[in-house]
Amino acid sequence: MAGYLGREQIIARPGFNRWLIPPCALATHLCIGQAYALSVFNLPLTRQLGVAKPIAGDWRLTQLGWIFTLAIVSLGLSAALFGKWVQSEGPRKSGVVAASCWGLGFLVGALGIHLHQLWLLYLGYGVLGGCGLGIGYITPVSTLIAWFPDRRGMSTGMAIMGFGGGALIASPLSDFLMRHFASPTSTGVAQTWVVLGIVYLAFMLGGAFGYRVPAPGWKPEGWVAPSDKAQALVTRYNVTPADAIRTPQFWLLWVVLCFNVTAGIGVLGQASAMIQEVFKGRINASAAAGFVGLLGLFNMAGRFLWASFSDKIGRKATYMCFFALGTALYALVPLAGKSGSVALFAACVCLIISMYGGGFATIPAYLADVFGTKYVSAVHGRLLTAWSAAGVFGPVLVNYIRQFQVDHGIPKNEAYNVTMYVMAGLLVIGFFANLAVKPVADRYHEHSDSIGAHGARGDRRVMA
Amino acid sequence: MPTYDKTNNGTARAHETVMLALAWLAVGVPLLWGIVETLKKAMALFGAA
Repeated sequence: MAGYLGREQIIARPGFNRWLIPPCALATHLCIGQAYALSVFNLPLTRQLGVAKPIAGDWRLTQLGWIFTLAIVSLGLSAALFGKWVQSEGPRKSGVVAASCWGLGFLVGALGIHLHQLWLLYLGYGVLGGCGLGIGYITPVSTLIAWFPDRRGMSTGMAIMGFGGGALIASPLSDFLMRHFASPTSTGVAQTWVVLGIVYLAFMLGGAFGYRVPAPGWKPEGWVAPSDKAQALVTRYNVTPADAIRTPQFWLLWVVLCFNVTAGIGVLGQASAMIQEVFKGRINASAAAGFVGLLGLFNMAGRFLWASFSDKIGRKATYMCFFALGTALYALVPLAGKSGSVALFAACVCLIISMYGGGFATIPAYLADVFGTKYVSAVHGRLLTAWSAAGVFGPVLVNYIRQFQVDHGIPKNEAYNVTMYVMAGLLVIGFFANLAVKPVADRYHEHSDSIGAHGARGDRRVMA
Repeated sequence: MPTYDKTNNGTARAHETVMLALAWLAVGVPLLWGIVETLKKAMALFGAA
């Protein structure tokens, strides 16, 4: 079985249509993207015992918040720890492992809900599911880059778009399932998690078994690798994950991702409350939920569009856009609020969130440009620790600044202004970090096998 | 024989086209459903704005 799942077993036959690979990647990412919709279970989980309303012994929101935090931390850690393994074993084996972790995570979590044991939710969704998130997230990256050397940004953007799209599916689906299973004695959450676990497991396994890797030396018909001079940051060499983390470029990109995500995540987590407080009396909870949905759409679309755009203008220039335009937009948000224009306010935040998604989707191609394609999944996995850090840092920063403002007598509708300026400041730092990214020094290149363009020799060595 | 090879290639191509369509439908249909549901919800914002 292990051999059947290995990289050697999934080398594509000549003439294989590479457009069969993105749906496999999407199958994985659409499922794990559910993580963004976890909050839909928050309120029902606080009344598991009382059902109609919370009673003594029911879980509190603060306790439930740890499930998501644990999942995001596990995502970063598992991507960093298993990145090299994912790269060497290939997408089918890692896809099966990710599917098993994600599906089982839901089932263990469902058991925890049924028995009302919170630690089982932490272990199931938080740790096991978080490992599925991390491994699943990086699984298709190197495969897509190998199949689409001519469109690295677009191909990885398409997969990572699925992560944004997953929430758009999971949110109404979970709502529908909970209503279907709800009864006077049950909120229906445990049953919903069982169904979701089984559906996600099946869907992700389908994607995993569809993966193929290109034969050594394969390249798209008529495509010629760009010369070093044509694209200064795009290297023909490879840097091992161990060496990559010793380069200043890795840490500069870590800052780039972390600050871009911190700024976006801070707004995303507060979007509903923010628009209601800024436009008090005009925006109710239902309209605010619509706003959050709209942000989800822009988050998803930004992943595909910005990453595809990066194929045209280059990764560094794309991040320059994120940071320069983002800084201006964050500074404009308080003015939009003051002007009373909901449309201007929503447009600013939607664009900001599109760049938040774009930042996630463009980073794998950026890494492939700077460190080569051979170890891109492993290097990407290590860089995702920046996401974990931002996942903790972003919301804390926004909540703390807002509370500090409110405590000092600032009206609630103006309490987000300073937060926006702080976020703009973070983006300025990100701008300079991105500006400082230069090609990796020769001494870090892997010289042992004088790698050809885009890791063709590297693939051969893995198979040997 | 060339004729035999052509038939095989044709069958393989047709099979691949069907697989391609099915694969994209499998991910495209749920995604489209999610987008439509989200847009329906977002209408509340447009009404308020």
